[in-house]
Amino acid sequence: MDKQDFVIRFAGEGGQGLVTSADALARAAAQAGYYVQTHSTFPSQIMGGPASSQVRISTAPVMSSGDGVDVLVALNQYAFDHHNEDMNPGGVTVYNAEEYDLPEGGQYFGIKADELAKSTGNARAANMVTIGAVANLIDFKLEEIDEFITQRFTRGRPGDDEIIVANIAAVRLGVEVAKSSGFTVGQLAPPIPPDYKQIIITGNAALSMGAVAAGLNFYAGYPISPATTVLVWMENNLWGEGRFVHQVASEIEAINAILGAGFAGRKSMTATAGPGFSLMSEGLGLAWMTEIPLVVVNVQRGGPATGLPTKSEQSDLMSCMHPAHGDIKMPVLAPGTIEECFYGGALATNWAERYQGPVILVSEFGLAERGENIRRPNLDEVSEESRATVSEGDTGKRYDSWDGSTPLPGMPIPGGPGAYVANGSEHDEIGDTTHLPRHHVRLMERRFKKLDLLTGAHYEIENADADVIIMPWGSSKGPAREAYDRLRADGADIGWVYSVALNPLPEEVISVLKSGKRVIVPELNYLGQWSALLRQDGVNAESITQYTGLPFRPADLVESIGERIGAGVIA
Amino acid sequence: MSKRNLEYDFAWCPGCGDFGVRRALQVALEAYSVEHEEPQANSVIIAGIGCSGNMVHLIEGDQPFGIHGIHGRTLPISFGVKMGRPDLNTVVVAGDGDFLSIGGEHLGPAATRNVDVTAVIMDNGVYGLTKGQSSPTSEFGAITTSTPLGKIETPVSPLKNYMSIGVTFIASYYSSKPRQLAKIIQEAMNHRGFSIVHVQSPCTTYNDIYDILKGKPKEGIKGLAYDIPEDHDPSSVEAANDLLSRPGIPLGVIYKEEGKTLQDRYEDLQAKAPIRTNDQLLDSYLLQ
Repeated sequence: MDKQDFVIRFAGEGGQGLVTSADALARAAAQAGYYVQTHSTFPSQIMGGPASSQVRISTAPVMSSGDGVDVLVALNQYAFDHHNEDMNPGGVTVYNAEEYDLPEGGQYFGIKADELAKSTGNARAANMVTIGAVANLIDFKLEEIDEFITQRFTRGRPGDDEIIVANIAAVRLGVEVAKSSGFTVGQLAPPIPPDYKQIIITGNAALSMGAVAAGLNFYAGYPISPATTVLVWMENNLWGEGRFVHQVASEIEAINAILGAGFAGRKSMTATAGPGFSLMSEGLGLAWMTEIPLVVVNVQRGGPATGLPTKSEQSDLMSCMHPAHGDIKMPVLAPGTIEECFYGGALATNWAERYQGPVILVSEFGLAERGENIRRPNLDEVSEESRATVSEGDTGKRYDSWDGSTPLPGMPIPGGPGAYVANGSEHDEIGDTTHLPRHHVRLMERRFKKLDLLTGAHYEIENADADVIIMPWGSSKGPAREAYDRLRADGADIGWVYSVALNPLPEEVISVLKSGKRVIVPELNYLGQWSALLRQDGVNAESITQYTGLPFRPADLVESIGERIGAGVIA
Repeated sequence: MSKRNLEYDFAWCPGCGDFGVRRALQVALEAYSVEHEEPQANSVIIAGIGCSGNMVHLIEGDQPFGIHGIHGRTLPISFGVKMGRPDLNTVVVAGDGDFLSIGGEHLGPAATRNVDVTAVIMDNGVYGLTKGQSSPTSEFGAITTSTPLGKIETPVSPLKNYMSIGVTFIASYYSSKPRQLAKIIQEAMNHRGFSIVHVQSPCTTYNDIYDILKGKPKEGIKGLAYDIPEDHDPSSVEAANDLLSRPGIPLGVIYKEEGKTLQDRYEDLQAKAPIRTNDQLLDSYLLQ
């Protein structure tokens, strides 16, 4: 019988081309009309160390990295030992017979990829040999792989043709080895290609692209895993009239630089991860206090301190909401898919302009480098908001009181009318320091009231009549959604709430959450941070936590949610 | 204390050097504005934290824009302002504690970038606002509230620091002659690149060194401050280093080097940058 869904994992050491192999297979499958999602895990070092990269290929959009592995390519004994337990029933391992041997009789066979690659005249085609073996195991059409290879290596350089021929030959050699092993893991059903244009993109590239689509024109950043690729993207792309990008000397420089640029009228952004985000605390407080538009992206990794730089965790939510001392609650957008990364980048930029203040876009390692094919966004549908400014003759002052009943007054821009001091000390209408109680009261209220302007983020409410609601956030959306769908199919009476905006929450979401229902939050942290924040707001919320550095597996969530709600809820 | 804002309640102590620096800065801003035929709103004053930071609220007459930020971060903020809007006259005002202690890490990067910002530093050798703790420029052995038995760190040498990291305009002065100081600040504003005017601005409450700076001419005591000789060549690294190896506080422009600013270097890159529309960028990810 045809199968709709396969997970293929390449495991070995960093530097062995694992990501390249998974990406190549993903791209070939996506071009053939399948939906794909990749996921990689590697140590924080340039070369070596245990690493793996996988691709999930499906006839329907992929929501998570899946439960188990159907085909494992294990390039060393360590990889075989450590990934073996993730195998799905019927799964097959292709092992590197040049490196180690396994006793006869298991669900595996060996392949000498290097030796076979050399025989084609292209010693670098070893990954093509293994891709051939994998293709045979899932009955993936070879013409699609040939097509992919031809496109990829047609680069207008001498020797392209020879490389293409050798790579295609290498694929065939891998196919033969798999064939003679006699193993198969099933037949991949024919693709159902979407009728719209698609792009294949990672989360970090998508959020960068989204921010630029909304008019971002100033970026300062500092390298840190897993946010570095945002800096690299900007350094490669944020060029042209009126744009500026620069790698600065620290995260402290980054936050203060984008604050200066935001003050001067630019749409500015930086991206970082936990340790850098901690360093930005004071600057974020200054942006809140002085009401300067800017966006800080926090691509979460495991914490605290240096923590787990290249693993998935959702443990910075509390610091994103409350990054600095004093009374502050930052606007927080948390995309959960690659598509939401794109629109989140755009909306964060627009929010900052709209309410004249800092916005936190919180992403995750699990989204940052994962590749996925999504609908190509239509740029005509991406709005580009710019802050209100003041004109000659306006009588208002920069820090007048504001109660929300009128449009937010404009922001003076240097060189123009309305000169003021953006003051981190509490201030009067023109920004001079004051200790008078009335100013602290009226501006505290203004700063919080402005959050009401922040609407328009994507949210989902389904089956809200149920007594139990599942509400994941960020990248846990995918596995939680798969678990939710399976539980619903089994007759569980549960509802679904999901919101990209975590602060402020959309009104419709609040009204469902505050109706007294039991809200179950799957999240990747120890404290149960989102449910704790929800409880603070009077929601009857509890968490299902995981803190392994790995994303949820849908099957695990089916089990843990099932335990929480009890058999009674499942019909 | 502020003529333009009667409610503003901050005050410097009587005799504070910062009064003279304020006068000089105000004159320099006005002169710059006239010289370049642009409103003072084209200037942005970025202030640090400390007594000197209040400067930004005390400028009278036509108002520049201002940022009164957080402790030590004037340089990265000014970098953002300047690179965000290269047409703005961007001026940092900070004290020795703000600029050289907590903010010291930003000096090197600002110098290597040669970002076109002018820093006016008010050095009083003490943390005044917090009531008299030792600062980076307090003398070795200084008795302060935080060094009751004497300071056991050697003082930093700001001018030598600036020279060694490649600041392209370095001047030293004191607060007692605002007219002359104003001319130097204006020259610094006109310098294309990172300029620092390091001003001895004594704290009359915790570290009154007026007599040490100026001496007591009537009693025949010479002060530490001396005018830089007219034959000094500020374009010469050797001459500048030679000047700084002598005892005393030189008054005037020590070093000045013409070169490309960060903005110039950035524009050089723009010329060869791959400029793509948003649609072209997005299409680079298209699945064929």
